[in-house]
Amino acid sequence: MTSIPSDPGHPTRGFTEIDNTADEPGKRSPLVLATDRFHQVTNTVCRPNETRKPPMAWNVMFVLCMLLVLNLGFCVNYLIFTGVGVWGLNNPVMWAFDITNFVFWVGIGHAGTLISAILFLFRQKWRTGINRFAEAMTIFAVICAGLFPGIHVGRVWMAYWLFPIPNQMEMWPQFRSPLLWDVFAVSTYFNVSLLFWYVGLIPDLATMRDRAKGKVQQIGYGLFALGWRGSNRHWHRYERAYLLLAALSTPLVLSVHSVVSFDFATSQLPGWHTTIFPPYFVAGAIFSGFAMVVTLAVPARELFGLKNLITLRHLDNMNKVILVTGCMVGYAYSMEFFIAWYSGALYEKFAFMNRAFGQYAWAYWIMVSCNVITPQLFWFKAVRTSIPLMFVLSLFVNVGMWFERFVIIVTSLANDFLPTSWDRFVPTWVDIGTMLGAFGLFGVLFLLFCRFLPMIAIAEVKAVMPQADPHWPGWAKDGGHGHHGAGMPAAAHEPGEPGGRGA
Amino acid sequence: MTTLSPTHAHGTTAAAAPRRLACLLAEFENPAQIVAAAEQVRDAGYRHWDCHTPFPVHGLDKAMGIGRTILPVLVFFAGAAGCTTGLVLQLFTNSYGFTIWALVKVTGYPFLISGKPALSIPAFIPVMFELTILFSALSTVGLMLLMNGLPWLSNPLFSSERFRRASDDRFFISIDARDPRFYRSKTEHFLKSLGATAVEAVED
Repeated sequence: MTSIPSDPGHPTRGFTEIDNTADEPGKRSPLVLATDRFHQVTNTVCRPNETRKPPMAWNVMFVLCMLLVLNLGFCVNYLIFTGVGVWGLNNPVMWAFDITNFVFWVGIGHAGTLISAILFLFRQKWRTGINRFAEAMTIFAVICAGLFPGIHVGRVWMAYWLFPIPNQMEMWPQFRSPLLWDVFAVSTYFNVSLLFWYVGLIPDLATMRDRAKGKVQQIGYGLFALGWRGSNRHWHRYERAYLLLAALSTPLVLSVHSVVSFDFATSQLPGWHTTIFPPYFVAGAIFSGFAMVVTLAVPARELFGLKNLITLRHLDNMNKVILVTGCMVGYAYSMEFFIAWYSGALYEKFAFMNRAFGQYAWAYWIMVSCNVITPQLFWFKAVRTSIPLMFVLSLFVNVGMWFERFVIIVTSLANDFLPTSWDRFVPTWVDIGTMLGAFGLFGVLFLLFCRFLPMIAIAEVKAVMPQADPHWPGWAKDGGHGHHGAGMPAAAHEPGEPGGRGA
Repeated sequence: MTTLSPTHAHGTTAAAAPRRLACLLAEFENPAQIVAAAEQVRDAGYRHWDCHTPFPVHGLDKAMGIGRTILPVLVFFAGAAGCTTGLVLQLFTNSYGFTIWALVKVTGYPFLISGKPALSIPAFIPVMFELTILFSALSTVGLMLLMNGLPWLSNPLFSSERFRRASDDRFFISIDARDPRFYRSKTEHFLKSLGATAVEAVED
């Protein structure tokens, strides 16, 4: 292994890459590199929040994203004051960019819940390095997603019709429609994700409160830490609650994108009316979400010196998930074609031939190359552990998954049963501006999160360190009595051994 | 907060009322020590005491003698309530109107679409499911905080400078002064004998 600076306060600490992807039989690879001290973990995570000035790249990105948000505000207002005619929608293509963006952003959110809930139930300890991150991403993505159906309804001031509120018209929503199921699924998803994220944050906010120097920070973090004092009686219920939330979120996350897919699958349109949609959408959502986590994690760990906590091994694992789900998505694409042929249904067959070779063939092939072909490179370990390559590939997946939704929605609508009613969708500047604006909104929220909240779950990372186990051999040497008063056994004595002496 | 050796040496103003001792706080350096110490405190028969750790320490619940929380049972009922709410909401809104005690007129809105039945349970499942999850999750967090007595922003422990490390890398045992077995000198001696690196008196 590469040598690491032994001094805990070394300036390059956390900024140098340590390769921990090699497997040693019979030994677990450490999840926290270059230290065996809890205090060092706290320092590493809190440093970006406690520095007076953020890195230059943060400022640049923030200004850029803020401009996009302004543009979003303009586009949305223009839409509301003028009407949905400002979008490129036409008679057969009544859903296009808006619903594409909605499905895309909901999908992005899925990786967060997968990492925080499903990997928790499977006792995947490496999730602790990235779960905070991914959960924050989930919340921001669902906010972006919620925007689109909201402005798509046309008369925005009637959006409350979506909810079962008693009203003077004595009308109720149509509960037998998947569009209404969506309202319940997405709003539940947002609320539960927010709760999960916040519950995870409470102990870390307490850490921030206890370290805060200024009055504003003390009060700010203190209020949201709710008076947490690490009491073990509290921890006991906290851990139960966390487990329950994970168990509740797991079926929830699978249901959300299934319900989103029902929007299409329960219609009778060729290209939409398929039973493979729910699992295929969920796999695609996890695929795109993990790609987004990699897209965000790579620059963040670089910029904020988190390389010892979000290690190369974490990224390697995520790239493996991208590979697997990418293969699932590829399988779904080919199975759709097979079923279209096997069904013998004329319109179904046409819908798929039209996708691959019709007026939107370019979009279809962008989708296939970004989602099925390029992720195959992740079979090679050299690619999975190469930072620049994984970053580029994750961007490809993001693009590909956006186009997947576009292809499903627009090609099916543009060329349906009757050739006389066919048309072509061309996005207007408002369509494109709103799409870019949503990325800006996502970016601003994420940058603010990086600046003001601990990006990594401090307490959870500490709890999976070998030193957290009371039976760790290093503690036995102390005999359970801290009489020497020197604190933790210092990592400084063993510069060549990342992860401490846990063997 | 005061240190122990000069007793009550807070005296800046003579008129200040003597402050009540809240608890004794003992500091430990690692998870192994706190688990070993917690077992001793439990066996010594203390009731009003607690451990404070930066992360949940495995085995500490047993060492402290904490029983399993009832939280999951309560959450089950909340989930059942959510499921019922979902079902009743949809049955009602798709039904023809009715009146409660001939006073309140409630009106549903039965759509007739493609001859589908107004009260079709399969179509109601997604919303019932989502409300089950929503009610369960909200009650999980709400009840967890309620049972923990949070949010409660003030606590005597927060006056201790040393205690700030409880959220970083130190492990503490606090024994409440209200405990029937609490005698200041005896308890202090006891905590020191457990290998605490420091014992501190925390005042209200």
